[in-house]
Amino acid sequence: MQKTYYDPADLKKFGKISDWNEELGSKFFEYYNAVFKEGALSEREKSLIALAVAHTIQCPYCIDAYTGDGLQRGITREEMMEALHVAGAIRGGASLVHGVQMMNKVNKLDL
Amino acid sequence: MLQSLHKRHSELAESNRQLEILSNGIFEANELPKFKNKLAESQQFPLKARKLEILQINVGYMCNQVCAHCHVDAGPDRKEIMTKETMLQCLEVIKQTEAHTLDLTGGAPEMNPNFRWFVEEAAKAGIKDFIVRSNLTIIRANKKYHDLPDFFKTHNIHIVSSMPHWTKGKTDKQRGDGVFDKSIKALQDLNAVGYGIPESDFRLDLVYNPSGAFLPGNQMALEKDFKKSLLDEFDIHFHNLFALTNLPISRFLDYLIASENYEDYMYALVDAYNPKAVKNVMCTNTLSVSWDGFLYDCDFNQMLRLPVNSKTKHISEFNESLLEGRNIVISQHCYGCTAGAGSSCQGSVT
Repeated sequence: MQKTYYDPADLKKFGKISDWNEELGSKFFEYYNAVFKEGALSEREKSLIALAVAHTIQCPYCIDAYTGDGLQRGITREEMMEALHVAGAIRGGASLVHGVQMMNKVNKLDL
Repeated sequence: MLQSLHKRHSELAESNRQLEILSNGIFEANELPKFKNKLAESQQFPLKARKLEILQINVGYMCNQVCAHCHVDAGPDRKEIMTKETMLQCLEVIKQTEAHTLDLTGGAPEMNPNFRWFVEEAAKAGIKDFIVRSNLTIIRANKKYHDLPDFFKTHNIHIVSSMPHWTKGKTDKQRGDGVFDKSIKALQDLNAVGYGIPESDFRLDLVYNPSGAFLPGNQMALEKDFKKSLLDEFDIHFHNLFALTNLPISRFLDYLIASENYEDYMYALVDAYNPKAVKNVMCTNTLSVSWDGFLYDCDFNQMLRLPVNSKTKHISEFNESLLEGRNIVISQHCYGCTAGAGSSCQGSVT
């Protein structure tokens, strides 16, 4: 049994999820590759979105993959950090906006 | 300013030490396959030279810059400069070769005291594509170089220049403080005489090397981003961007080891091995001539002191037919040219 839940070497084995379900695995990777192709958004913009989402969902594999991808695309550390602050702002905002619910209840019940 | 490995008396200034590192460790233990075995897997060993198309001449290792990734270990302290006598021998070859491209490199080739004379003489041979690899800042380094854009234009030189990023931070980190601002000014000077303008015949291409221990991204996508940023922010035009992989030799190898990235980088290169890139790697159609006239399969082999596997080893005894079909000399640094889309002095090869 490995001693940690995450091993960086496992990222390269991502494709192996198809081994136990070829049909769904193939459909997933076909979809995944299509998503990241240039469309209304550039591949570069999509890479930055992926990096921000990776931090939001706190996926170590995704953070590893999209930090490397960003460097290869010439994305600067300033751009990466700004993208993370967008993630942080939405995440923090998501907590704080629920404060309205709290306030509503307090205002209704409290004297 | 960073110092060259030679100036620092680093053990990595010795090519034998670099070759030891590239052959031992993870490769000796068969943790990773040697390049030779990887070629054999796809029936491409031995790698053979085809007809000569590109003659690349390194006129000296002296440079006004000391870039962190430089495979030449070039710098102001390097005194290896091609003599006029060797240049005359090169000119004899330039006149007789059927190669369509002549490629002058360094160091900063412009710092060779006979550079202009050599260019004037070589241009008379009428080779189709005459490239000078200029680091850009040399044009702004000293008054005596300010007229280089006009000089290049007079002799219809194709300029190929390094530019690792469109931002100051990333560029200066790789190439030294102040390099970005000087490079921008030099590019504007080149544009002012017609270089790099979309419909212009005066070719100006840029070379991108990653500024760290990672591989280059898609060449076309990078070119698009470079063009947009340089045009929007500095009104600069250029023709094409060549995305090159940093090879694990010399100062880049030193950086990889010092930053503890060497093994991961070699894994990345081997993982990205693309057998389809092999047939177009530059050593198959290029010959590299060193400042002292010796012949190599490429500029990287020149720096590792791995001479051509041929009876003709020096420009003074040049024999094109003897060189054709020779076995290319390889080591593990060659993975750098076969990773992903492949890498050559003209960028991607697939």
